[in-house]
Parts: sequence; structure tokens; C-alpha cells
Amino acid sequence: MSEKSYRDAIRDAMMEEMDRDPNVLIMGEDIGVYEGTFRITAGMLKKYGPKRVIDTPIAEAGMAGTAVGMAMLGLRPIVEMMTMNFAIVAADQILNHAAKVRYFSGGQVDVPMVIRGPQGAGVQLSAQHSQSFESFYAHFPGIHVVAPGTPADAKGMLKTAIRGKDPVIFLESAALYGMKGEVPDDPDFTVPFGKSRVAREGKDVTIVSYSRMMQLSLSVAEKLAKDENIECEVIDLRTLRPLDMEPVYASVARTHRAVVVQEQWKPFGAAAEIAASITEACFDDLDAPVYRVTGEDVPMPYARNLELLATPHEEHIVRGVKKVMYAHG
Amino acid sequence: MAKAKKESSSAVADPACAPEWSDLLRQMIFIRRFEEATEREFRKGKIGGYLHVYIGQEAVASGIISALDDDDIVFCGYRDHAQALALGSDPGKVMAELFGKGAGISRGKGGSMHLFDAEHGLYGGYGIVGGHLTLAAGAAYALRYQGTDRIAVCYFGDGAMNIGSFHEALNMAGLWGHQGMCPIIFIIENNGYAMGTSVERHSALTDLSARVRAYDIPTEKVDGQDIFAVRGVADRVVRQVRETGKPYCIEAVTYRFSGHGAADLLQPYRAKEEVEKHRQRDPITILRNRLSEVCGLSDEDVKAMDDWATAEAAKAVKFAEEAPLAEPHELFEDVVAEHGPRPVRESEHE
Repeated sequence: MSEKSYRDAIRDAMMEEMDRDPNVLIMGEDIGVYEGTFRITAGMLKKYGPKRVIDTPIAEAGMAGTAVGMAMLGLRPIVEMMTMNFAIVAADQILNHAAKVRYFSGGQVDVPMVIRGPQGAGVQLSAQHSQSFESFYAHFPGIHVVAPGTPADAKGMLKTAIRGKDPVIFLESAALYGMKGEVPDDPDFTVPFGKSRVAREGKDVTIVSYSRMMQLSLSVAEKLAKDENIECEVIDLRTLRPLDMEPVYASVARTHRAVVVQEQWKPFGAAAEIAASITEACFDDLDAPVYRVTGEDVPMPYARNLELLATPHEEHIVRGVKKVMYAHG
Repeated sequence: MAKAKKESSSAVADPACAPEWSDLLRQMIFIRRFEEATEREFRKGKIGGYLHVYIGQEAVASGIISALDDDDIVFCGYRDHAQALALGSDPGKVMAELFGKGAGISRGKGGSMHLFDAEHGLYGGYGIVGGHLTLAAGAAYALRYQGTDRIAVCYFGDGAMNIGSFHEALNMAGLWGHQGMCPIIFIIENNGYAMGTSVERHSALTDLSARVRAYDIPTEKVDGQDIFAVRGVADRVVRQVRETGKPYCIEAVTYRFSGHGAADLLQPYRAKEEVEKHRQRDPITILRNRLSEVCGLSDEDVKAMDDWATAEAAKAVKFAEEAPLAEPHELFEDVVAEHGPRPVRESEHE
């Protein structure tokens, strides 16, 4: 084990995989000479050269689409989106091509590619640079959607993504890049997709989340345990597609109460799918309706005070927990 | 159907009389008869969805693909039946795909727009106009990256030239070509119409080749109805692209005799006289007349080819008709290759 930042865990995963397999390459905007907007790719051009670390024009559809073609021919491209907000430009390439070609070819090709980049709000980047896309992508069959919440998961799941056979949307939380945590040193350490994790055990309420909101939920759980004697179980979904709900159902069967926390907007968001699934599977176990903690339903404003109002914070999760315990008031 | 063999034309006295050309004539007649059969079966309700036939454009598929090596690869738009047949795909499996049968070339999951036969080099028909150009450019990069001398060919229509992915693909191909890393031939099948919108109405600059040159990709225009012309350009360009790893574009000026799709019966965007005029330059007749005049191809020879083509098309229809339906379990196969539970609980099908 070594202590690593989320950022370094991502870089380590990519470089270890590039060392391991010459078919792995990376492309993106200003990832080479400039060394990346968030410096995830620092040092990579120098080490691997321009054929494997490709500076592209500002052309997200071009990047994603060429990656699909490379993947169909046996390469394992990683596409860095400067932010996932820009990947919407490549929606046709990702959703109509990457996600479909295995199916409509009757399984004749693998499409091993990763589209990764930061998303989420918090540093006053306003409406076009602060969005979260997990439910957008997770709606579509044919791709995997990953949202790691720890440095170890970031490394282990990125390796799984790179070594896989399918397109993976790898959603990094920009706000977690500097977060540190213990990461296994084993170069073959991987974390499988579709395995939710109990991040904290508790008997009173189940909190379901992923990525940065999972970290926020953990700190709320600690506070509630200390201040109010409420024990929350926190479940980290890790991947939104495939979505592993079994540990959630098992937890709700014990706690009888569930809160789902997401940063994105409430309508048609990930929490809606999760809450509906809990209701379908655990209706008789529930002692309260599943509660959703979400961002406010507005484009992200620039002004700091407004941005803070638009995003979920600890008090929102506390309110949700108390609501399902009928303890607020 | 066997792929028309590429042969050294210097082996015979008059290169136009090499057996390859009669093979290509037979292939083009077969593509025509096959497409006519698909139109009939569509009208009978045996083929669903959209059906875009290639009638009138045969020389563009046959002329280019016959110049390729066996391990070169081809990407197409949704008008893709002819390319599959020219590459050597099993006509029965192609027809079975159109019939939506499990024995189809894409296991019944793609249909007319998504023929796919990796074994024969067909890396897909695609249904989003222009969307596949980026894939083809990336595939070409991969072929070079892997150290092979294989090349990629990407067919698209004039209508694909106004969408963003066209420009992004050509710009990246142009850039990668500077490093010798993008051995691809872009084929503009300029049939004059983006569905029902003529080139004059859809492209601010009607000289389509000029638009490609803006990306530092050399381009030339060829008469797409004359397979001698198409193949002549293709032989030279294939060799050049294979040697240099740089992209090239061929604008084949052609015409589709049928409607945009099988449902395009009225064709209000073009006059009957215009279609009639273009039918006078049928690529099959052009090749046939040349072979008759120069090489003594007889009417009996042509009739034999036609009989064979008609019988082969009928065989394909019969195979498709008799093939069993796709198995219900196919529904859930090939969505993804791996990883854990699916997000939505499966229904009773499994």
C-alpha cells in the first residue's frame, strides 16, 4: 500500500497499463505537450512518444469516433475529455457508435475503449462546465459507467476499464483529484465492475451514493453517529452500469430506511432509478419512502453563494436521514 | 459469391480483356439482381425497416473493392449491400440479415443498414450519416500503429459532407497523414442527392473535392459509372496510400436509379426525365458494351451471367426465407462482453 492522490492513482493506472500492453494509447486535447489541464497526463508524452500520447485538435467527436475505430481493430484507446461536459459533443460517437457496434454486428467486434475525464461542480465554473452525466450515460445499454470515490477505486477500476472489452465512461470527480488514500502497489490490482461496497456499516439508515457524494455521506455518517447516535450504513455503488443493488437491498432489509445522494439534478437522475429499484425490491421492508438528496434543478450559477445553494451539502444529507427516521422537526 | 480476383493485367495482350473484367461484370449484374430481389421482398413485407438499394452505383463498389487486398477493411454508410457482396460476403447471409433472421450476417441484429462481416473486411454499415468517418480514420491509424500495410476504405455519400464528424474525421486524418499514420481512402459517392436534397441545395460549395482539399487530403474526381475509370484510379491510389500511410479521397460521380429508400416512391425532388437520362449511363451497360466491342463478349455470355446472377439472388432469398427466426436469447447477447449484473432485471425471455 502507498498513499496516493486520486489524480496520481489515475495516472499510475494509465502508465502501468501502457507499460504492460503496447496496444494501450491515450489521446485528448492538450494532454501531451501541455501535460493536461488537470495534469493527469504529466510526463506521459515524454515517456511514450507522440504515437501513444496523441494531442488532438479540439474535436471531441473526432477523438471519440477514432477511438471506436481503433478499438474495433484491437487497440485500447483512452480518450481524455478535458471535462465530461465537452463529451456531449461526441454523444453520437459514444452512444450511437461505441455503445451499439458490438450489438448490431452480432458480436463480431470488441470495443475496448475508455472515455475519462472530470465532472461535477464546486469551483465556480458555471453552467457549461459543472454538470454531472452519470444518469445520461447509464441510460444506454452497451457501455459501462464508472464513478470512483476513492484513489484505490480510481486506480483499480481504471485498470479494469482499460483491460476490458467494452466502452467505459469513467467519470472522475474534479473535486476529488487532490484527495489522498491508500492504494495497493500490486500492478495487477483491479476492482471489478458491478460490485457495490459497504463503505461504512450502520443499523439505522442506508445511505446510497457514489463518487464525491459518497465521501460526503461518510463524513455525515460519522457526525450523526457522534452527535445524534444515529448509525448510517453507507453504500458506495462504484459503477452505475452495471448497477449492483444486492448489497443495497440487503442493507435496507436491516435498516428499513434509505436515502440516496447525488450531485446531479433530481428529475430522471441516478437517484430516481436507485429509489425505484429499492421500492420494487424492498417495498415490504421500508418504513419510510426513499428520500433523494440532489442538486437544485437549475443550470449551475457562477456566483459562489449561489453555487453553494445549488449543490448538496452535509446538512441536506442530515435532513434526509432525519426525514426517513421521522426524527426531524 | 467469390470476391472478384485482382489479377495482373499485364498477363494478357489487351488489359481490358483480362478475365477479371468479366468477373466484375458478373459481380455487378449479381449486385443488381440481388438489389432488385430485395426491393421485391420489401414490397412483399418480408424485409422490414429501411431498405436503401445500390442500383446505378455498382461500379463504385466493385471498382474500388476489387483493387484491395484481402485483409484491407471497408466502412460504409447504410447503402451497404453492394460493398458486402463485392467483399465476398455470403449472399444468403446478407439476405437473411435483411429478413431479420438469426443466420443473418449480423445475426439479425443490424438489418440492412448494419451489415457487418469482419472476416471479409466489412467493418460495418452505419446508419448515422457521416458518423462512421471518424471510426474509419481511427481504424486506419490502428492498422499503421500495428505495423501492417493494410489500408482502410470509407464510403460515404455527398450528403455526409455537411455534418461535424465529416470535418473532424478529415482534419484528424489529414494531421495523422503527415506522420504517415492514416492509410485511408475516403470515397465520396456523389450521387447528387442527400436523400432528397440536391448538392446545390445542401452544399455551399458544390465542388465537393475542393472541400476535402481543405484538410490537406489529395482528391480526384472520377466517373463513377465507368468501372474502368474507377478501377484505374483505385489501383494507383491503393498503392500510394499503402506506401505512404497518407489519406486520399476519390469523388466518384454517380447516380442512384432507385429511390433513396424503398419507401421513396414519388421522388418529388427529381424529374423522371433526369432519372431517365442517367439510366442511359448504366454502369453495367457501359462495361458490357466495352467488353463486347473490344473483347468479343457475346450476348450468350452475358445471358449466362445474368441467368447465374438471377439464380444466385433467388437462392439467397430462399435461404433467407427458410432460415429460422432469431432465438429469443439473442436479445440479450452482445450488449456488452463482460462485467456483472445487468442494470435492469431481465424479463422472462431468458
